[in-house]
Amino acid sequence: MLLEVRDLKKVFHVGLFKRKEILAVDKVSFNADSGKFLSLVGESGSGKTTTAKMILRLLPPTSGSVIFKGRDVWSCKKIDELRWYWKQVHAIFQDPYASYNPLHKIDRILYQVFDLMEHSGSDKEKMVKEALREVGLRPEEVLGKYPHELSGGQRQRIMVARCYLLEPKLILADEPISMIDASTRASVLKLFSMLREEHDTSVIFITHDLGLAYYVSDEILIMYKGLIVEKGSPDEVLDHPKDSYTKRLTEDIPLLYRKWTGF
Amino acid sequence: MSILALLEAKGVKAYYSVRRGYVQAVDNVDLVINKGTTLGLAGESGCGKSTLVNTLMMNVKPPLHLIEGTIILDSKVISDMGMSILKKNIWGVIVSLVPQSALNALMPTKSIEGFVRDVIGHHMSVSDSEIMSMAKKRFEELNLPVEALSMYPHELSGGMKQRSVIAISTLLNPKLLIVDEPTSALDVSTQKQVLRMLIDLRKTGITESMVFVTHDIAVLKQIADRITIMYAGKIVESAPTDNMLYDPKHPYTYSLINAVVTPEPEVRKRGLTSIPGEPPNLLDPPKGCRFHPRCLKAMDICKSIEPNLLERWGNHLVACHLFPSNS
Repeated sequence: MLLEVRDLKKVFHVGLFKRKEILAVDKVSFNADSGKFLSLVGESGSGKTTTAKMILRLLPPTSGSVIFKGRDVWSCKKIDELRWYWKQVHAIFQDPYASYNPLHKIDRILYQVFDLMEHSGSDKEKMVKEALREVGLRPEEVLGKYPHELSGGQRQRIMVARCYLLEPKLILADEPISMIDASTRASVLKLFSMLREEHDTSVIFITHDLGLAYYVSDEILIMYKGLIVEKGSPDEVLDHPKDSYTKRLTEDIPLLYRKWTGF
Repeated sequence: MSILALLEAKGVKAYYSVRRGYVQAVDNVDLVINKGTTLGLAGESGCGKSTLVNTLMMNVKPPLHLIEGTIILDSKVISDMGMSILKKNIWGVIVSLVPQSALNALMPTKSIEGFVRDVIGHHMSVSDSEIMSMAKKRFEELNLPVEALSMYPHELSGGMKQRSVIAISTLLNPKLLIVDEPTSALDVSTQKQVLRMLIDLRKTGITESMVFVTHDIAVLKQIADRITIMYAGKIVESAPTDNMLYDPKHPYTYSLINAVVTPEPEVRKRGLTSIPGEPPNLLDPPKGCRFHPRCLKAMDICKSIEPNLLERWGNHLVACHLFPSNS
């Protein structure tokens, strides 16, 4: 098993005088096998991004554990252990602007990959350019620019290009195509499939888009108010939803080839 | 003008003047909206769909200019009307627009009642109690809670705010309602409520025709009788909804529809297509067909001669050299 998430829980404390507890994520458990695409689907506030952050070691869980290749990632403390984890797990965030340091050109975030990989060849530039082309960007249009000079979609695709260089074992993709125009989405999704074929990479998609989840994943997990309310193959979840929230969600999504009754 | 048409636009060119020249946001557009129909206007961001709907109702303010073209609405030529006549006799009365930013454009210190007074007070001289009873009756008719009238924008959810805005925009029963991306910021369940209300507006005869602007083609399947696709300031294809979805002709429309992901077996079976490159800069659009630099089926003629939007298979219109008029 590549990734095991066990009974993850996160409680946020808010308020200065009147302390209030918010249960953002509760009893979240699932497994991700090598080469499998998983989707965590939910509306805003359902706890899907919080779950992703706990897997990425960005937000400590209140309880529960995240086990990657048999090792509890929250007990990794030494820099060697952390580098081991960072090399194999990559994130693509919803707001790609937050992934960049605005004071540095975007080249830096791409070349940093080589430090992590301990790669010291002379072919770095060639590799970066190839990665950018893979995600449908023209290297001469983006290299040497600062993050604010690029569009949201371009920033998002550069993070995907980074995946191409790093060849991680696991990618956590939080709304990876939300900022990308419909016409270029396919190229980004193809890149994930290519990584899966060549390196047995797993991807966890974090999204509100059930259409995307249905299209790409082997397994769909539906989150609602911090809990996983439904789990199954895309066809099971869409055709025979058991939970009432999932039922409402599947009924309310507009489809391309089916008209709602009464419309 | 056909007796079926509520609005007809001919040869419309609407450009933004900027320091370096003109941005050709809407170029040579012909469009007809028939009585009793909903037209879906779709395209990617920056294709000129919002500019077009604003131009259709002559909401044209600098830097946007109507360079050429005629717009006939309800048998009146509105393209040469002055601002004061438009405001008094056309906007809100014959045509209403719910702009894209409507949700965030409500003044926070004004209650929904306040907006109602503004809209009606501008067109009719009636007493305050009459205005309020009109509004209450309309809210009831559209299954909106009457209490919402006395609330302030921050007290309402996104969906309620959007439905209230639409209800207020249609208080005077405009023949044409134009809604610009009304559901893009809402979750799917709220989106369905807003769409249901728009359907009701037409069923009850409050509005006769509708233009629905969106980038989401699956929404148009639910609500539109006809779909018109824009690319780089031009209409590339226009057809009845199912013809467009099952048999798109223009290479751009084909790719656009095949890039939609909805949870359906057909979608997984057909896969996704992508279009290479980026949309052109409208300050200096490509010669010939504006799509030719990205088109996989481009021929020599596409680089030099602009294709006209021609009526082909009945009421299926397409602007593409792959389908010349004499074939």
